[in-house]
Amino acid sequence: MSKFKKKKSGDMPAVNTASLPDIVFMLLFFFMVATVMRQNTLKIENNLPFADQVEKLDKKDLVMYIYAGKPSANYVQYGKEARIQLNDDFASVRDVAAFVAAERASKREELIPFLTTALKVDSDANMGLIGDIKQELRKVNALKINYTTKKGSVLGRD
Amino acid sequence: MAKRAAPEVNAGSMADIAFLLLIFFLVTTTIETDSGINRKLPPMEESEEDVVIKQRNIFTVLLNGKDQLLVEDELMELKDLRAAAIEFLDNNGDGSCDYCKGKKDKSSSDNPDKAIISLKNERETTYKTYIAVQNELVAAYNELRNARALAQHGKSFAEMQADYKDVNWPGNKERLKAKIDQIKTDYPQKLSEVQ
Repeated sequence: MSKFKKKKSGDMPAVNTASLPDIVFMLLFFFMVATVMRQNTLKIENNLPFADQVEKLDKKDLVMYIYAGKPSANYVQYGKEARIQLNDDFASVRDVAAFVAAERASKREELIPFLTTALKVDSDANMGLIGDIKQELRKVNALKINYTTKKGSVLGRD
Repeated sequence: MAKRAAPEVNAGSMADIAFLLLIFFLVTTTIETDSGINRKLPPMEESEEDVVIKQRNIFTVLLNGKDQLLVEDELMELKDLRAAAIEFLDNNGDGSCDYCKGKKDKSSSDNPDKAIISLKNERETTYKTYIAVQNELVAAYNELRNARALAQHGKSFAEMQADYKDVNWPGNKERLKAKIDQIKTDYPQKLSEVQ
């Protein structure tokens, strides 16, 4: 009889968690490979619109980013209208020309004609702001632009 | 000396360390969106002479502040825009385009080379709608180019462009480039924006 009793007594064996680090490492490596470090801290909402006729921006070092959108929750003191963000701070339309000049100065001279301006604009922004930016870009002769969008259907998501 | 089994190392904290790293990467990195619609802005200097363009060769698309779409003075739904643009571009009113499949309507565009799409938006138009319209118009051009490429070379225009960019593509790149350029001139993208 005592034989059977012996089996029942004793604690539950501990669950073996030895494979947990492996799983987490797998996730970690996925994120390390699939993502890039944040370049700019966004102070605006940046919910890009959808489009399906997109082309890939392949030369990353030849792209300058202009962000625009409504100030995000932490920056409500800057109002509710869509604003431009260049590098890490809010900017006005007048600063675009200086920004382009600075970006150009940081690149090699022969690469300057290939610079593309990527407009990362929140989908709820007004076209007035974009029109102003485009006008500024025309003034400084930065004519290649790219409306950065997420890949997806236009019609289904409105 | 007798061999003793090495004591097991406690690896219980390895998961914690891995989680720490994982969470660090989760917060400091982003998945970049690096695709979009490429456009070229017109240069600033205004040309002196006014180019006279016949009204029937212009396809006017107007987006108002309430995101309503007015195409050739008629209200239109966004989903119909692509078909309307294709019909306009491929119309072939003067019969000079032998690959067009259009209706040869005399009151619409002469040929794809002369057809111009003019897009106008107001300041209150939302960006989302503007991109949707741009997307549909670019799609119209792309569809025509794809059809032309399929008919001529048995491959869609998008595939040809992908091949051209692919480093490992075995074919003759120069010939492919010539073909791509030919299709681009068959259906030139003439999309102008009014400020």
